[in-house]
Amino acid sequence: MNDLSVLFEGVSKKYPHFSLEDIHLELPTGSIMGFIGANGAGKSTTIRILMGLVHQDAGQVRVLGHSMPADQTAAKLDIGFVSEDLRLYGAATLDWHMGFMQPIYPRWDQRYAESLLRRFDLKPKQTIRGLSHGQRVKAALLLALARCPRLLVLDEPTTGLDPVARQEVLEELMAVLADEERTILFSSHNTLDVEQISDRITFIDRGRIIDSDDKEVFLDRWRRLRLVLPPEVDLPRLPGIVQVGGSGRLPVLTTNTFGPAMVAACAQMGATVQAVDTMTLEEIFVANVHSRREGQPA
Amino acid sequence: MHSDFVISQSDGRPMYLQIMEQVKQRVAVGEWAPGEEIPSIRQLAMALRVSVITVKRAYLELEREGVILTQQGKGSIVAPNSELGPRLYDEQFRERLEQAARLGTLLGLSGEEIARRVQDAAQRLNGGRFTKETV
Repeated sequence: MNDLSVLFEGVSKKYPHFSLEDIHLELPTGSIMGFIGANGAGKSTTIRILMGLVHQDAGQVRVLGHSMPADQTAAKLDIGFVSEDLRLYGAATLDWHMGFMQPIYPRWDQRYAESLLRRFDLKPKQTIRGLSHGQRVKAALLLALARCPRLLVLDEPTTGLDPVARQEVLEELMAVLADEERTILFSSHNTLDVEQISDRITFIDRGRIIDSDDKEVFLDRWRRLRLVLPPEVDLPRLPGIVQVGGSGRLPVLTTNTFGPAMVAACAQMGATVQAVDTMTLEEIFVANVHSRREGQPA
Repeated sequence: MHSDFVISQSDGRPMYLQIMEQVKQRVAVGEWAPGEEIPSIRQLAMALRVSVITVKRAYLELEREGVILTQQGKGSIVAPNSELGPRLYDEQFRERLEQAARLGTLLGLSGEEIARRVQDAAQRLNGGRFTKETV
């Protein structure tokens, strides 16, 4: 039994002005991974390699046990993919799209499709062209979900959705995971969505994976320490500190390896630890990007 | 059964701690009785729309603290320990005391002063109850 739905090993792809370098990714079956990066960081390229739409220059990609891009036809029957350039026919209705998909995908679930129509508040007789952006995203998601694919790959599924629609979409994604054999990878720059529903989180920046771990590990290890230094004491270098901010006597340290020993070390050098703050995923992401970019050419 | 859990993203505390606290409250007030089956990790994650790993973390810590028992493949139950309610209150009491002591120290109060204030607070509370009973 293969318990990884997605595996990237040393994958790279060179373009004239951008390159994806040495990408390693592991997505265990039954979990949901949030893929976070700034615009142009390489999220979509990685996803397109995963889908076999772009061929990597080097490295191995396995998706649901299939080697990509060689076995992409077989793999795609089991992957539901929704991207920003939603490939729907503008002149056709949602109903037509549903009828088109049904015979292609053996696991198509018509009752589920109809219940999604109601929950997403979509009208099947309306042409795709007449839908708003949010409705179009929900229509594409409906078509992907009703196929009951073992792997759902969603490129920015919540971008441009209003708050109500976003919650509806997140709720449906969570419902998919009630089945332990199904897996989701979704990219986003909305860290709040990712923080809410992801089991694993991967940060990508400038074509490299800069961090990838369980969400709870991220939230546990990153902390901001607010210190008060006595006069004439310089802040020594402490291991595990990725950023130093604040002012001279009131430094603010950011760490990615927090533990009780760190508080003890601060106290030992005469500093008072005023507060140890938890960080949101967004703050962790930004601090992570900044600390990795330092000393690196742009 | 569990849709009345409230998880707040602006609470400031990690979500797993919020889940732990609300499970403990239900156990402490007896809404979830000892030995009773509680939602599975996946069920609760679906209901709260939070990731499975977050609920798993909360359940692991709750098990470590002896509040619940999780059996592989069989789901979780409230630990069959009748002393749980009082123990959870005791734990809460200890936490609040520590919090009060920290605040007191910040204010520059001595240990004796903090103790005296706690005593005063208890007396005020008991005094109130006493007058109520006599009325």
